[in-house]
Amino acid sequence: MKSLAELKAIREKMQNQVNMRSDDPDHIRVVVGMATCGIAAGARPVLNELSELVQKKGLTDKISVTQTGCIGLCQYEPIVEVFEPGKEKVTYIKMNAEKADEVFERHLAGGHVVDKYTMGSADMK
Amino acid sequence: MTEISLNVLDVAENSTRAKASLVTVTVAADTASDSLKISIADDGCGMDAEQVKRVTDPFFTTRTTRKVGLGVPFFKMACESTGGSFDIVSEPGIGTTVTALFVISHIDRMPLGDMCTTMHNLIVFHPDTDFIYRYSYDGDSFVLDTREMREILGGVPLDNPEVSAYIREYLRENTNEINAGKPLL
Repeated sequence: MKSLAELKAIREKMQNQVNMRSDDPDHIRVVVGMATCGIAAGARPVLNELSELVQKKGLTDKISVTQTGCIGLCQYEPIVEVFEPGKEKVTYIKMNAEKADEVFERHLAGGHVVDKYTMGSADMK
Repeated sequence: MTEISLNVLDVAENSTRAKASLVTVTVAADTASDSLKISIADDGCGMDAEQVKRVTDPFFTTRTTRKVGLGVPFFKMACESTGGSFDIVSEPGIGTTVTALFVISHIDRMPLGDMCTTMHNLIVFHPDTDFIYRYSYDGDSFVLDTREMREILGGVPLDNPEVSAYIREYLRENTNEINAGKPLL
């Protein structure tokens, strides 16, 4: 059975590091809808994919990935909202893990909104 | 929902929204009695008798963005369609406990699914809430208690990337050890 001993090692390592809080003016907030509608539509893999990518690329100080409840647009779930200071909120709809990869590369890391996945480009019925 | 773990994720999210400081998730499988018992207990704001009566109604919700609340009704339907049972106990100011009993062998029982990811998500995305996770399958069991982890970590948050990776591995390894040689749930 895995034990708790490894946590001690992590603590010692972290003791010497300073964590930057999110008062960073360029901080990007990525919010994934995780109410019943989102979970049923497959939001969990999207949340995990984005969160893992941010960690893997070492961007945890610049980008935070969090979840929210019902956004009120259940038919478009899984939904990912991106908040960047000084810019308009971007709402990505009908997301999946693959699209999350693309959004991460092109928008979060690269700075260009992926228009084709946003609500603005969707066929609103 | 396609797996029980997603229902658990959904209902446990209710607990965190109820401002719980401790959420206890128990998954206990016992093939001898053909039962899979899942309970989610929290010390959040709780519900009064009227709300408890209505919470299983899909058209009842405390949210303002929609007029349906499906989390609890889905969970109830999932276990009752296997011939199992559903129970919800709550008291304002004390907390809520949801218990679902599934009949393992019933053809309509959905898979348990990825409980590790559910628990990992709950812990890491609610780093200020404590969780106890008890998983047992035919007598073999393990426990994850975030309060123990916090003591050792002394201030390092649970959503720190290395801690997060550790928690994921802890859940996976311990779960795999317990599941070894047993039928997939």
